[in-house]
Amino acid sequence: MARAIVNETLCKGCGMCVIACPKKILVLSQSKINSKGYHPAELVDQSKCTGCAACAIMCPDVAITVER
Amino acid sequence: MAKVLMKGNEALAEAAIMSGCRHFFGYPITPQTELAAYMSKKMPKIGGVYLQAESEIAAINMVLGASAAGKRAMTSSSSPGISLKSEGISYIAGSDLPAVIVNVQRGGPGLGGIQPSQADYWQATRATGHGDFHLLVYAPSTVQEMMDLVTLAFDNADKYRMPVMILSDGMLGQMMEPVEIKQAVESVQVEKTWAACGHGDKRSHNVVNSLYLTPQSLEALVKERFKKYETIKQEEQKADEYMTEDADIIIVAYGASSRISRTAVNMARKEGIKAGLIRPVTLWPYPDMYIEKHIPHTKAFLCVEMSMGQMVDDVRLSVNGRRPVAFYGRTGGIIPSPEEVLTEIRKITGGMK
Amino acid sequence: MAIVFQKPKALLDVPFTYCPGCTHGIIHRLVAETIDELGIEGHTVGVAPVGCAVMNYNFFACDMVQAPHGRAPAVATGLKRAIPTNIVFTYQGDGDLAAIGTAETVHAAARGENITIIFVNNAIYGMTGGQMAPTSLPNQVTQTTPYGRDTSYSGYPIRVCEMLATLDGTALAQRVTVDNVKNVLNAKKAIKKAFTYQIEKKGFSIVEVLSTCPTNWGLDAQESLQWLRDNMIPYYPLGVYKDIVDVKEDSK
Repeated sequence: MARAIVNETLCKGCGMCVIACPKKILVLSQSKINSKGYHPAELVDQSKCTGCAACAIMCPDVAITVER
Repeated sequence: MAKVLMKGNEALAEAAIMSGCRHFFGYPITPQTELAAYMSKKMPKIGGVYLQAESEIAAINMVLGASAAGKRAMTSSSSPGISLKSEGISYIAGSDLPAVIVNVQRGGPGLGGIQPSQADYWQATRATGHGDFHLLVYAPSTVQEMMDLVTLAFDNADKYRMPVMILSDGMLGQMMEPVEIKQAVESVQVEKTWAACGHGDKRSHNVVNSLYLTPQSLEALVKERFKKYETIKQEEQKADEYMTEDADIIIVAYGASSRISRTAVNMARKEGIKAGLIRPVTLWPYPDMYIEKHIPHTKAFLCVEMSMGQMVDDVRLSVNGRRPVAFYGRTGGIIPSPEEVLTEIRKITGGMK
Repeated sequence: MAIVFQKPKALLDVPFTYCPGCTHGIIHRLVAETIDELGIEGHTVGVAPVGCAVMNYNFFACDMVQAPHGRAPAVATGLKRAIPTNIVFTYQGDGDLAAIGTAETVHAAARGENITIIFVNNAIYGMTGGQMAPTSLPNQVTQTTPYGRDTSYSGYPIRVCEMLATLDGTALAQRVTVDNVKNVLNAKKAIKKAFTYQIEKKGFSIVEVLSTCPTNWGLDAQESLQWLRDNMIPYYPLGVYKDIVDVKEDSK
């Protein structure tokens, strides 16, 4: 059990977490737009999350918190 | 009290140390190098810091850093080196940091010469650096005064949180005179709660900074600073008056020029000319109050400087058209003689007796 | 579940104002994590540059001082000589450190000034809109080299780590990057080593971090990371250029 929690207000939709995730379970939301106009990242399949924190490590906005 | 014979530059250094300065950052340049050399010998002995920086630019930035950490910090240079410090001084002023900067003036512009001059007056009082700000500027005229003004400089730098300049010149820096070393006068130490010295987990962080991108914020801050300058103008003007009570002609001169002018005043008095001397000690704030006092009875002013005429602008502003203001100056490193000044006095007073 | 990754304490709880995908954010975090892990926030003072990171005093929780462009190592010297028990770091871009600030950088290293410099090298001037930097690569198109940097006209890039490694005062000169997880973790190790060397009074330490500038390179985040790998790493090889711990006593 693990999950990466993306703070959608801080996220700038740069996509670096998407690239970094070894399980490919992060995507940039196509439907959501945050107050700054970005499509925030979202975790689409929590069951596959191992809590490796690769996404958080690559996030330039410290927008991701990881729990395990 | 026993007197000691000291060289101007060294006396200034000693006075800084006595005022609690333990951080000096400098660079060699004639005619002030003795100040740095004195610091290099003395500071290590008292647990202070003397650092020879790679340039005058680096030195003023080291002063910025040490001052930001809450310490009394000083640098010294001469004319071309002061130009290099322009940027740093503006940042120090814009960050509301205390600092003491010494300019031992030499001939300019450019590399100029190494003989004394007073051609950095505009630089000190008008254009030390970009932006709306002032420095407190002190002009000593004796080695004793160099010592006394340094303590005042540090105290006021801390009190008002601004850079203070001591505007000396090559003659004062090099000459030797007996001085009374006033024993460790407890100079006014203020607590610097704003310093970037490490928050110790006891407070939120301090930021020492001069960037304010919102125009309204920057204007408000600068206006606050100018309110402070107004207070300084009211309370810190300093000048010396010599034989001015009944003077028909008053010479206005500072630093080395004032010493020559004083002799000229004595010579003039011997000839029956009622001459006097106002010797500004603060160049900013300009001691208007002292000039104002004498407008009613004085017939003319003569400004004497080792330049093409810089302080004369301030004399004219003070006099405000009410009396004629003449100017006499030498530049390039030449010190005028009392005879030259006397000739000017005679010219101006003409038939006046 | 326990939290295994979160924002470090040494970063204030405010959003970064950097561009999407800008690696400044990662580097700020690594510095803050280091400060947290070493427990030094209370006696650390950082010096902010002029450049994109000019307002990093708004992001770091320790005391901060803003320096004129390029002068950060001199300001840091003043801070460190004033209170030597404080940990002092500068955070500078390539214009700040290697153009206008070259003298201050070299002399702080030559003096063995016991400070830490975090050097963010993205081969371009970000804040002012993408002009050539002293570390811009040959043939690189920038706003002021619109036809590509012609070395016969505009000269060659400066390799800062190599240059500073020649100075005896340099205790650590290491180049890292943050283009993938492994490299980020390695960069963190280097930054932590640099701060540790300062605590241990070993001398001057600099960590050069090859970084991206998606906005001025005209690339998205992923393309920028690839551009960095393809172009910057070959010219600026990663590695340790000087580590005082490796300098044998008898080789002095």
